[in-house]
Amino acid sequence: MNAKLNELTARETAGLVARREISALEVAEACLSRIAAVEPLVGSFLRVDGEGARAMAADLDRRLAAGEEPGPLCGVPVALKDLLCVKGWEVTCGSKILKGFFSPYDATVVRKLRAAGAVFLGQTNMDEFAMGSSTENSGYQITRNPWDLDRVPGGSSGGSAAAVAAAEAPVALGSDTGGSIRQPAAFCGVAGMKPTYGRVSRYGLVAYASSLDQIGPFARDVGDVALLLEAISGHDPLDSTSAPIPVPAYRDSLGREIAGMKLGVPRQCFAAGLEEGVERAFRESLEIFRGLGAEIIEIDLPRIPHSVACYYIISTAEASSNLARFDGVQYGYRSPAGENLVEMYEATRRDGFGEEVKRRILLGTYVLSSGYYDAYYARALQARRLIKDDFDKAFERCECVLMPTSPTTAFEIGSRIADPLRMYLSDLFTIAVNLAGLPAISITGGFDASGLPVGIQVIAPPFEEEKIIRTASAFEAGAGFQDRKPVLSVPPAAAPGPS
Amino acid sequence: MTKKKIGPSDIEAVARLARLGLSAEEKEKFGRQLNDVLLYMEKLDGLPLEGVEPLSHVLPLQNVMRDDTPRPGLEQKQALANAPEKRDGFFKVPPVIE
Repeated sequence: MNAKLNELTARETAGLVARREISALEVAEACLSRIAAVEPLVGSFLRVDGEGARAMAADLDRRLAAGEEPGPLCGVPVALKDLLCVKGWEVTCGSKILKGFFSPYDATVVRKLRAAGAVFLGQTNMDEFAMGSSTENSGYQITRNPWDLDRVPGGSSGGSAAAVAAAEAPVALGSDTGGSIRQPAAFCGVAGMKPTYGRVSRYGLVAYASSLDQIGPFARDVGDVALLLEAISGHDPLDSTSAPIPVPAYRDSLGREIAGMKLGVPRQCFAAGLEEGVERAFRESLEIFRGLGAEIIEIDLPRIPHSVACYYIISTAEASSNLARFDGVQYGYRSPAGENLVEMYEATRRDGFGEEVKRRILLGTYVLSSGYYDAYYARALQARRLIKDDFDKAFERCECVLMPTSPTTAFEIGSRIADPLRMYLSDLFTIAVNLAGLPAISITGGFDASGLPVGIQVIAPPFEEEKIIRTASAFEAGAGFQDRKPVLSVPPAAAPGPS
Repeated sequence: MTKKKIGPSDIEAVARLARLGLSAEEKEKFGRQLNDVLLYMEKLDGLPLEGVEPLSHVLPLQNVMRDDTPRPGLEQKQALANAPEKRDGFFKVPPVIE
């Protein structure tokens, strides 16, 4: 059985470990073996903490043996995106500028996972400072899509999505500012949720764009998304943007019917240049929803085509401010060049930041600068209001909105990196959701002709994650796409060995 | 509304504001790419924005206050642990005044 423990759902693992039918250590070992075997192919992780994971698991087993009450994530191995602070771990946000930064504290979500009995495997690769849609902007390495190793896993949480798809970890955490959980989940054929803005504390998350960032779970099915979401949600006095709203038992929304439910499909999503395979899979997924008794209605989100322009003004403006703190004084890299303080700042940031981060800092600084503020930033905030109004109006007519997650399936490594604007445009369907602060999940809605997963989004009004869980889990039960897994042929040379 | 295309001198000015050193090639390349992006941003000009209240934050939360009571924070040693250079309990930096 040991070889398959890494393929159990988090729910199964937590149950088996709680009943002491298997040990947390065995599960951790199974994941670490899988990591050792497939990492040379996939490259999901920047750092694997095998020793720490074994210690956490063994400690949990001891406490359970002593009669301690098991937590909801008892013995569940978790991979963490490299922008969540874990006390004593190096945290780099995928950037050279943070190399050598060791966190003095735990992020709130990390503290909650510890309390729930989770076991930490290590930190996953990402686009530097979460800026990107392919994980190619990492300052350290690329990550390959487990479905096709010549393709990107999506981004920015590409490492977390790939780790779950490759069965290196049953679940992972990522962050989503403009689609950075949902788009990689779509590309890697797993489930990934961006909760409502304010649902999950960001204390200890390295900030990119603070009015948009949200932490959320990756899993191989919706049930595990619900389990993780419940564990990490809730008000936190350490994050003034976290909402003082009670956390429902999200798992109670699993396995319920959706007959009679009204689901809205924006007419705009077909006009946006969907790849043929994506459009076909999306239309077929609508038939599956109909087959489950849901009513599909056409809705109008007329301002959604303006989301990309709006988003890349607001997010870069906020990023230019948030990233001012990386100046070589308090932590991370410092350039030895420069005769005075300003020259040191400029040299540190020149050498420490990668290309995409520099591009976004420049754009954000420009749109906030004197003379341009009103033309760009102020207008973007007004456009943001209109985009949110579109969703508010849509939700008067339907309970959830359905859209493709991305207009394409996973693209080839290197194929888009030279054209930033084209890369930005691929985020059209995800970023409107962040601008409006809504919760949304991406699940596999089908496959294209070459067998690559196609993601579909289920979007709900603020703090109505239960509707998403209910709708997405009903779809999963009806369609069964979550059971299809990528096949990685592990070369003998990369067989498990001492890590 | 017409928007000035961004040129090499604009890139230099913005980079100075952002305290970001750039190579000559980067100035040329970023200038070109940002120009494309800024032209795309003009898409917003198609929206009737007159009188629309700006939305800076999606939650209806305002002025979150807490009791003014001390709570544990990082100690000096921890706060300095990641510093590239430090001396006598302070962050050390190159000269500020010429």
